[in-house]
Amino acid sequence: MRRRDFLRTTAVTAAGLSVLGRPEALHGILSPTAHAPVVPDPDRRALAMRALDAARAAGAQYADVRINTNRNQAVSTRERRVTGLSDNVTSGFGVRVLVEGTWGFAASALVTPDEIERVARQAVAQARANRAAQLRPVELAPTEVEPSGVWRSPIRIDPFDIPIEEKVEYLFAANEAALAVPGVRFVTSNMVFLREDKFFANTEGTVTDQTIFRCLPRMNPTAVSGSDFQSRNSTDIAPMGLGYEHVLDSDLIGQAPRFAEEAVEKLSATSVDPGRYDLVLLPTHLWLTLHESIAHPTELDRIFGFEANYAGTSFIFPMEDFLGSFRYGPDWMQVVGERSTPGSLSTVGWDDEGVKPQDYHIVKDGILNDLQTTREQAPWLADWYRSQGREVRSHGNSYAQSWADVQFQRMPNINLMPYPDRDVSVEELISGIDRGILIDGDGSFSIDQQRFNSQYGGQVFREIRNGRLGGMLKDVAYQIRTPEFWNAMDLAGGESTWFRGGAFGDGKGQPAQSNAISHGCPATRHRDVTVINTARSV
Amino acid sequence: MASPTFLSESECRDLTRRVLELSGADHCRVNITSAADGNTRFAQNQMSTSGDITNTTMTVTSAFGRQVASSTTNRFDDEALRQVVQTSEQLARLAPEDPEYLGEMGPQRYSETSSYFESTAGLEPEERARAIARVTEQAVSRDLVSTGFLVHRAGASCVATSGGLFAYTTDSRVNFTTTVRTPDGTGSGWGGTSVNDWNDLDTGALGRIAADKAEGSRQPRDVEPGRWTVVMEPTAVGNMVGLMMNQLSARSADEGRSFFSAPGGGTRLGQAFVDSRVTIHSDPEDPRIHSSPFNGEGLPNQRTVWVEDGVLRQLNYNRYWASRTGREPTGFPSGWYMAGGSDTVDEMIASTERGLLLTRFWYIRSVDPRTIVFTGLTRDGTFLIENGRIAHPVKNLRWNETPIFMLNNIEMMGAPVRISSGESAGLTPSVVVPPLKVRDFSFTSLSDAI
Repeated sequence: MRRRDFLRTTAVTAAGLSVLGRPEALHGILSPTAHAPVVPDPDRRALAMRALDAARAAGAQYADVRINTNRNQAVSTRERRVTGLSDNVTSGFGVRVLVEGTWGFAASALVTPDEIERVARQAVAQARANRAAQLRPVELAPTEVEPSGVWRSPIRIDPFDIPIEEKVEYLFAANEAALAVPGVRFVTSNMVFLREDKFFANTEGTVTDQTIFRCLPRMNPTAVSGSDFQSRNSTDIAPMGLGYEHVLDSDLIGQAPRFAEEAVEKLSATSVDPGRYDLVLLPTHLWLTLHESIAHPTELDRIFGFEANYAGTSFIFPMEDFLGSFRYGPDWMQVVGERSTPGSLSTVGWDDEGVKPQDYHIVKDGILNDLQTTREQAPWLADWYRSQGREVRSHGNSYAQSWADVQFQRMPNINLMPYPDRDVSVEELISGIDRGILIDGDGSFSIDQQRFNSQYGGQVFREIRNGRLGGMLKDVAYQIRTPEFWNAMDLAGGESTWFRGGAFGDGKGQPAQSNAISHGCPATRHRDVTVINTARSV
Repeated sequence: MASPTFLSESECRDLTRRVLELSGADHCRVNITSAADGNTRFAQNQMSTSGDITNTTMTVTSAFGRQVASSTTNRFDDEALRQVVQTSEQLARLAPEDPEYLGEMGPQRYSETSSYFESTAGLEPEERARAIARVTEQAVSRDLVSTGFLVHRAGASCVATSGGLFAYTTDSRVNFTTTVRTPDGTGSGWGGTSVNDWNDLDTGALGRIAADKAEGSRQPRDVEPGRWTVVMEPTAVGNMVGLMMNQLSARSADEGRSFFSAPGGGTRLGQAFVDSRVTIHSDPEDPRIHSSPFNGEGLPNQRTVWVEDGVLRQLNYNRYWASRTGREPTGFPSGWYMAGGSDTVDEMIASTERGLLLTRFWYIRSVDPRTIVFTGLTRDGTFLIENGRIAHPVKNLRWNETPIFMLNNIEMMGAPVRISSGESAGLTPSVVVPPLKVRDFSFTSLSDAI
C-alpha cells in the first residue's frame, strides 16, 4: 500500500483527526481509563499488604513493595521508511526489606498472592545472608506517613491515545523537511513515550499511587560530502515529563530545515585551532555539563564510596571539608534540586520510599550547601544539618526504574538559576569576548570517575571575534577541571535565556539503572577554557 | 530457589505454539527471554544492596506483507497472549510498508554450544555472600575499603516463527568486579572477570589484585600528557578494541558513513588496515568464547573471521543488506576472540624504557565516528614504567585515541584472557583479548581523579 493510500484509508479515532499542524483539534483529550494498570487497584492494595505482612512475619523490621506496570512505545524512522514500531508492557512487583539493619530485595513478574509472599520471604532470606558481613546497620531518617497519596504527570494529551499512523506521518514530514535541504543525504527521527503506573506501600502505613509520563521527539539529519560526513541532533527539543502536547509544541517539522542546514554547513566549517578560548555555552548544551560536573558529584552515596565500582566517587571528599566552605562558583550562583517543576522528568508526588520530595539548594551563593539523599543517607549529614539548624530528613531522591530493580539514590531535577540582577541576553555575553566560541547543543561527553576532568563536544560551534558572532567551526571539544570551570563563569544569562534540557538514560547502580531528569539553566560565559581539535587522520 | 526458574525447551515450544496459533498475520515471530538473575553489591566492606529477580519476557513481531510491528509482554495467561498478539497486529496494520522487511525464516540448523553450568544456575545468596567475604575480609585485614558487584544469570532464549523456525538455547553467566580504595582516598585498584561456570571464578584472587593495586597506587604523581608507550592489561585492550567491533556495519560502510568506508566509494573489505598480527574471530562452537548460536531473528551464528592478519575480511551484513549486495548474512554473535602472542605482561614491562602500565579505561565516549576516535580516562591502577620496572603510580590521564591507530602500533602481544568488558560490570558478552604493548598512545590531559 502506498503512503498516500494509507493516509486516505486510515481509521479516524474519536480523539480527533490525523491532521498535522492543527494541534487545537487534539486539545483537552484525556483518557484516564485507557490502558489502566494491569492489576486493578483494590487488588494491588490487598497484594501489597500480603507482601508486607509476610516480610514482617519472616523477621523484617521495615518493608516496602512496589507493584508497577511500565508501558513503553517507540516509533522510529529513517528517510522515507519506518525502522521500528514497538509497544511494550512489563509488569511485576519488587519487595525491599530491612532485617536488623541489612537490605534485601527480590522481585517477580508473577503477580499473585502466593508468589508475593514467597518473594517477600526470599527478600528476607537474602537480607539474612548478607547480614553476616554487616559492619554498620542501616538507619532510616523519619518521614511523614502518607496514607493515600495520588499523583499524575500534568499531561494534556495521553500519547497512547494518538494513533500510530499520526506519529509516523509527523516523523515522515520532519524527515521530508530535512531531506529537502541540498546536501542532506540521511535523516533519522523517532518518538519515545513512557507511562509508569507505580503503586507503593510500606510497613509504616504509607500508600501512594502515581502515574508518570515521559515523552521525547528527536531527529538527526546527516550531510555527506566526498570525504566527510556531519550530523546535527535536534538538541533544542528536550525529553519532558509531559504528554503528546510536547511533540506538537516542539514543532520538529518547523525546525527540521534549520537542523539540516546546520549539518550541511558543518561540512565546510573551519576546523578549530586548539588553544584557550572564552566560551558562551547555550543552555541546550550547558545542561549536560551541569549534569556531569555538579549533579553527579553531589550524590551522597557516591561521596561515601557506594558507586566506586561503577560510576565512581566524587572530588567532594571528605565532605566535611567541602560543605559550607567549597566555592563552586561566583556568589550569585544558585543550584537547586527539586522534583516539583511541572513537566520536568524527575517530578513526582512521592519518591520510591514514600517521601514527599523537597526543593533544596545544592549550591547557595556559590558555596556547596547540601547533598542528595534518601532516608538511609540523610543521617550521614546529621552533623552538618545540626550546625545549620536544619532537620535531618530525606530530600526524597529515591528511585527505581522498574518493578525488577531496587530503589536507591538518584539525582532529582537539578537547575542552575538565571543571573539574578538583570535579564542578561546572549548578545551581552558575546559582546564581552575578544576571542571565543559559542556552543549550541550537547554532543560528546566524557568525565573522570571523581568528576574532576571532563571533555565536552556540541552540535554547532560558532566563532566569536571582537564581541560578534562569526563563522561556523567544527572538530571542537573543550576540557575542564570542575572547580576552575565554574569559577571561571563570570556572567550568566537571565530568565529570557532559560531552557530545560534533560535525559532519559542517566546510568548508575549495579545492576545499572536508568534515571530521567531535567536540568534547567540559562546561557553562561566562561573565561579562558582549553579547547582541543578532535579531528584525526588515520 | 535451588532449581532454576526459567522456561524449559518444551515450555517454550508450547508457549510459542499457542502464540503462533493466535496469529492472523502473514508472518509472525516470537522471541522469548526467560531468566533468573541474582546479584550482590558491596561497598564499605559490607553488602549494600542485592537482588533476586525472576522474569520472562516475550516479544511478538507481526507482519502483513511488509508492514511490521512488535509488542512485548511479560504475562502469559490466555488474555495476555491475545493482547500482545493483537497489539502487534494492530500496530503492523497501521505501519507503512517497510521495503527492507524480508519475512521470517524457516527451520535452520544451529551449532551445539555448552554455555550452561549448573554451578551457576544453583547459586544461592549465602554462597554469593561467602564469595564476597573472601574480598571484604582481605580488605579489612589490610585496612582498605572494598566495593564491588557480583551478578549472575541462568536462563534461556528462544525464537520461533510462522515459517517453522524454532531455536532454543540456555546459558549461564557470572560477572565479578571489585574496586578497592585506600581509606585516605589516594589509591584505587580494580580486578574483574566474567565466566560462564561459577567454579571458574576466584574472587579471592581478584580481590588480592585489586588490593595490591590500591596500595601500589597511593600518592600518585603527575606525568605529562602526550604520546606514550603503554603496556595495556587485557581489560584496557578489550575496552578499546570493542569500540572497533561495534562499528562493523556493512551498510554504514557502503553508505559512506563509517571508518570502514573506502574514500571515493565502496568499503575497505580486503584491505590491510591494522598490524598483521591482529586476527579477530567469532565462533559459537569455540569453547573459549561463549556466545549464542543464533541472533534475534533466529539466524544461525557461525564461525566468522572479521580481521585476519591485519586485513578486514568481513563486515556485519544483516539479512536485508546481504540481499541488497548479493552476500550472505553474517549475524554478529557478540562474543569474539582476538589472537595474541606469548609475551607476558612482566616481559612487556621489562622491555620498556619509559612507559605507562594501564589497568582499564573509563567513561569512553565517541568523539569522531569517521576515525573511531573516542575519549575516556585511565582508572584504578596506572603506573609509570622506567628502565624495565614499575617506578611509581601516576595520576590518571584523559586520552583521545582510536583503536585503529592503536592496532597499528603494536610492539608486543600476550596470551588472550577473558575479561569483564562493560563499564557497568553487568553481564556482558564473552570477550577474549591479549595484553598488548603499544607505542604512541595519545593522552591529552591530566586528571586529579583517583
